[in-house]
Amino acid sequence: MQPALKGENDLSLNRRSFLQVTTAAAGGLLVSLYLPRITSAQQPPAPKVYPPDAFIHIATDGKINITVNRLEFGQGVQTSLPMVLADELDADWSQVTAELAPAADVYKDPLFGMQMVGGSGSIAHSFQQYRELGAKTRAMLVAAAADRWQVAANQCRTENSVVYGPNNRSARYAELANDAARKLVPDKVALKNASEFRLIGKPVKRLDSPAKCDGSQKFGLDLDLPGMKIAVVAHPPVFGARVKTVDDREARALAGVRDVFEMPLEKGTGVAVVADRFWTAKRARDLLKIDWDLTGLERPDTAELRAKYKQLATTTGNVAATRGDEKALDRIPQPNRIVAEYEFPYLAHAPMEPLNATVNFQGDKAEAWVPSQFQTMDQVIIAQALGLKPDQVTFHTEFAGGGFGRRATTDSHVPKEAAVIAKRFRDTPIKLIWTREDDVRGGYYRPMHAHRIEIGLGPDGMPSAWRHVIVGQSLLAGTPFAMMIKNGVDETAVEGTADTSYNIPNFHVSVHHPTVNVPVLWWRSVGHTHNAFVMETLIDELATRARVDPIAYRKKLLKADAKKLHSVLDLLDQKSAWRKNLAAGRAVGISSHESFETAVACAVEVSIENKRPKIHRATVAVNCGLAVNPLSVESQFQGGLGFGVLQLMAQGAITLKDGRVEQRNFDGYTPAYIIDAPSAVDVHIVPSTEAPTGCGEPPVPVISPAVVNALSILTGKRYRTLPLVSV
Amino acid sequence: MATFHLNINGSEKTVDVDPSTPLLWVLREELKLTGTKYGCGISACGACTVHVAGIATRSCVVPVDLIGDRPIVTIEAIGKDPVGRAVQNAWIEKDVVQCGYCQSGQIMSAVALLKDTKKPTDKNIEESMGGNLCRCATYVRIREAIKRASQQLG
Amino acid sequence: MLKRPQRCGVFVVVTIFAICVSLSITEASKSRRENQAAGLAAWDKVYSVLTSPRCINCHTATNYPQQGDDRHRHFANVIRGPEGKGVAALNCVSCHQERNADSTGVPGGHNWHLAPLSMQWQDLNDRPLSSSAVCRAVTDRSRNNNMDGAALLKHHTEEQLVLWAWNPGRRPDGSLRTLPPISHQEFVAATRTWVEAGTPCPKGR
Repeated sequence: MQPALKGENDLSLNRRSFLQVTTAAAGGLLVSLYLPRITSAQQPPAPKVYPPDAFIHIATDGKINITVNRLEFGQGVQTSLPMVLADELDADWSQVTAELAPAADVYKDPLFGMQMVGGSGSIAHSFQQYRELGAKTRAMLVAAAADRWQVAANQCRTENSVVYGPNNRSARYAELANDAARKLVPDKVALKNASEFRLIGKPVKRLDSPAKCDGSQKFGLDLDLPGMKIAVVAHPPVFGARVKTVDDREARALAGVRDVFEMPLEKGTGVAVVADRFWTAKRARDLLKIDWDLTGLERPDTAELRAKYKQLATTTGNVAATRGDEKALDRIPQPNRIVAEYEFPYLAHAPMEPLNATVNFQGDKAEAWVPSQFQTMDQVIIAQALGLKPDQVTFHTEFAGGGFGRRATTDSHVPKEAAVIAKRFRDTPIKLIWTREDDVRGGYYRPMHAHRIEIGLGPDGMPSAWRHVIVGQSLLAGTPFAMMIKNGVDETAVEGTADTSYNIPNFHVSVHHPTVNVPVLWWRSVGHTHNAFVMETLIDELATRARVDPIAYRKKLLKADAKKLHSVLDLLDQKSAWRKNLAAGRAVGISSHESFETAVACAVEVSIENKRPKIHRATVAVNCGLAVNPLSVESQFQGGLGFGVLQLMAQGAITLKDGRVEQRNFDGYTPAYIIDAPSAVDVHIVPSTEAPTGCGEPPVPVISPAVVNALSILTGKRYRTLPLVSV
Repeated sequence: MATFHLNINGSEKTVDVDPSTPLLWVLREELKLTGTKYGCGISACGACTVHVAGIATRSCVVPVDLIGDRPIVTIEAIGKDPVGRAVQNAWIEKDVVQCGYCQSGQIMSAVALLKDTKKPTDKNIEESMGGNLCRCATYVRIREAIKRASQQLG
Repeated sequence: MLKRPQRCGVFVVVTIFAICVSLSITEASKSRRENQAAGLAAWDKVYSVLTSPRCINCHTATNYPQQGDDRHRHFANVIRGPEGKGVAALNCVSCHQERNADSTGVPGGHNWHLAPLSMQWQDLNDRPLSSSAVCRAVTDRSRNNNMDGAALLKHHTEEQLVLWAWNPGRRPDGSLRTLPPISHQEFVAATRTWVEAGTPCPKGR
């Protein structure tokens, strides 16, 4: 059926029907029913109020398009959030499509108050929001049907995009959408019981799979706009360096080079090259002869930093956690004490799709296309760079080829570079590309860390005193989030240690945050990357020393109220019977960790091949509350483990010498290839009806401690320095 | 600049480019075949893999002037090939992709493997897929999908 | 008495002959020794080329090639494969074309491949083998594709991948790859001297 012709009244009705949902921090949330309109010459098109149709479009052909308020960069949210909405809507899943939302207030994370992907919050924070959107829309469709049939709403039921009423009457959502749009949005609506879910909790395949298998999925880097130019920037060899002189004659002489100019950067200055094609721009950049001014710049050196951090770790820092008696440790006799020192390198995120941003400056407005984890932040900073207001910048969220935190910068330095360049090229879309070399050498790394731990064991072999010093740059210092630093402690550096669920009576954690001329950033699972490694290797060492099964030891040491961790250790114990029966030359390593409110335990089977750990299998137990899409949870855990293996790679480190990053590409900074990742991963989910919690980051911390715990069994050595250069 | 006549996905395309330009950028920028991805530019990640005369080739390091008249097949057309179609189907069935950026290259490599070795062992898979990086580490499902495609192809 | 002078004559003749023979043996032996020494000296030059990175990087004992002047393991898990040409989807020719690709820094040449394991010039820890061990490998016709001295000379003179070592192209950063320690002409001359000396190999392990 064709929808009725809509007039002015309809529009006002339509606007009134926007759904207002108030949540704690987010301000208003809007839902609207979008109906394709038949416009005529007499009827001027309605002014586009941005965003006019925020989350759901029901088209006349029955297609239901759901707008996702997140970046899709692998975590599967472009499928999972539509599942949640479609379930409550009782939509025909085969007719559901999804798109990524542009930057707008309405799409801000309900808890964080900005539009973003981070903190493993995509599902955790939008689950309730999307359920309500679906349920309210369904209620409006039912109300429309009930009106049409002159029956009570509670006489109607819905299934697969159809409303069924008494006397075998039925109407498709597409037929009802127009009428439904005139209904007032209900304030409250009943949500389904878990037993009524048709999609939530079921394994559902990704919506974006076909397009990602035939090359048709467009990522930010694939953008092609009429008249578009390509920009690359020569970045300083030392962070913050400035261009003293540049000889650009050879660069300018290349056919297709449109401009070469010095530009301000977030730190220091650089030289931008704009050309018709990437290869021309890159070649021209290679031909630049730049003399850099390094005056007054700290030139960090990894060897020096290691020595400095090691020294700092012997002194008490700012207190992050304290309980019990600080002197208890000193009273424990030496034979029952352990001192352990750990080192962790800088790590680049190195998402597969190199960083990029496209900006078209049009004087009084602009348009931006960015694969961004921080859309509204990037929008504001692009606007500032162009001298515009944020709402003058139309910001498109582009699919991203990974991110892992790298596309969530508080200074939006990549989109900002694109904006600065675009400002010189009015009405010309500028696609800024960071080459892989720019990415590997460009900073914004997981910070380098040192840990020093002194442990005193009680007569029962359990730790009774624990003194822990962590050294590492603060992620938050100098950012808009700096106010989250409390008493000199950046929680992102101590998470996973200071808040451990292990019950250690005398427990003291402190932290030093040195300042180093290397930009740092959250890296998938943030502080848990190093803290879980330290905690889980030490606990394992204590279990070995006590000759207690590593799962049993952990359970004994865990607080009773650490229910999620207990549940995953129990499930792991059940599912890893194979660990009792290993082939010669193989060992099993255990670890467990809770992060982002999701608990994980894993067992890995490891041997040593070609002087490297070979991970034959991993069994993982997860408690993430209600698993919205178990297939996606399984994917995140299978992949997240492999991602975490980077910490163990021989070349899994960014190092600096005389201020310069020593690696340049994947030949020097090498993430896990197929041979390095676990060959098989079986994932077991603790059944739960609790609120869903994150699954993007929690897989990452557990793998590296589990693997080295297995290696320790094989070699008798303890591994406390990463990367794992030799076994 | 020079003119090259390239046999791409079964049809002849003429491009006028700097001869030193890698095939990858000719595909992406001149021919708008953006399914082939730039990941590293040094042939260390495999995201740019295409088939040149049937050989899985890292298009990011091969200048266009070294291609000659060898036929090129990209991800956009691999589905016309029965092995290519089977691999794509297996990828979808096993829900392999996450961010998806590397998957064009993974699929092109997997097709080259299966054309050479009908029933690949785990070792064959590890060796042939050994140079294709996936930062999402979808490797477990890549293994499963290759075996599934092999099974489907009989 | 007649017999005596005869005997004497015979003695003289024999003596003269013996002296002559002895002289001639000394001469031959001296010349052979010199020849041998020249051959070994020439081999030293040949060995210096064979163990230079441009050559030895593809004469490994392992299942992978090496790259760079520091002879590190080839990146991206490139492996030997059954014929020294990699494996399906990760063939040598997946990157290495008929010619050097100077704009991207990837070397190339006709039929790019690894030398067979029988021609390994390194141990399993990637250390170059001794001069005598490499020499034995190169001259052992059961291992060297049945090449005699003449064939070895031809191989060093004409084989395209051998010639490539003196035209190795540019690195990804645009700089030129380093060459073997002597020119190709000197290498061929040294090989000829060594072959003419009967391909002598130094003693030792």
